[in-house]
Amino acid sequence: MLELAAHILDITENSIRAGAKLIKIKIDENKEKDILCIEIKDNGTGMTKEEIKKAIDPFYTTKKVRRVGLGLPLLANAAKRADGNLILKSARGKGTKITATFQLSHLDRQPMGNITTTLLVLIAGNSDIDFIYKHRHNDRQFVFDTRQIRKKIDDLPINHPEILRYIRNSIDQGLQKIATQA
Amino acid sequence: MAKLTIDDLKKIKEKVHKEMSLRDGDRRVKVTVHMGTCGIASGAKEVMDALLQEIEAAKVNDVVVTSSGCMGLCSREPLVTVEILNQEPIKYEYMNPNKMRQVFKRHILAGEIQTPFVLAKGAEITR
Repeated sequence: MLELAAHILDITENSIRAGAKLIKIKIDENKEKDILCIEIKDNGTGMTKEEIKKAIDPFYTTKKVRRVGLGLPLLANAAKRADGNLILKSARGKGTKITATFQLSHLDRQPMGNITTTLLVLIAGNSDIDFIYKHRHNDRQFVFDTRQIRKKIDDLPINHPEILRYIRNSIDQGLQKIATQA
Repeated sequence: MAKLTIDDLKKIKEKVHKEMSLRDGDRRVKVTVHMGTCGIASGAKEVMDALLQEIEAAKVNDVVVTSSGCMGLCSREPLVTVEILNQEPIKYEYMNPNKMRQVFKRHILAGEIQTPFVLAKGAEITR
């Protein structure tokens, strides 16, 4: 995992497997405080206290096809290396919130990578789930919400090639406008 | 490119509706990109993006793309399953954007299975 965008995709896949129907992804680049914060919040099944304790153990997984679960440990490690941390909040039946913070200017902070493809892959692969993406860069903000798209396209599936092309271009334009740097 | 607004969606919707009435028999092919931690770390995101871009460029709308989790063969990721209607699914291993473009053009559009990249034929048993 070399980019934060890949981590975001990976952690969001956890939310999808937990049966979430609405997933909020929030990124905050704050130059003044020198902090980069990534937050992923879902309304999936959530975890018990026991599960939360074990979640960042790479040898704990809920899957049966293999014996390791590396998604959260990798992100926790990436945050730690950049003088940050990972906070996991979850309650059974309520959902899960993952917050990863990094020192923005840290030499070992991974680059953001291509966030547009992350969102596009999520939307195309999971057309029944809604995503809200908020990206703040100092005092500018970009918000993208699949529910607004759905309202406009009625019966057309959100993963139709023409709609995906629109989504790709509008996220690219939105990120350009707030001049993301991470 | 001109700035996109949410109202552009209305135009796209109308255009697509017009085209849709001209064709029938959608969902000819289903492509699954395996999107577990292992797949993502080895480039599944770029593979799926290449496929989506190819679909946009070729203007086909009978190909459905989905993602799934890890199936336990992490060392052979990125894995892609191509399932053409009424045919056995084909699993491709060690994919990358270029191989994906080749599979799209030769297998999905022309029906020729790209044997050098094939891992297996058939569906996996998910536990």
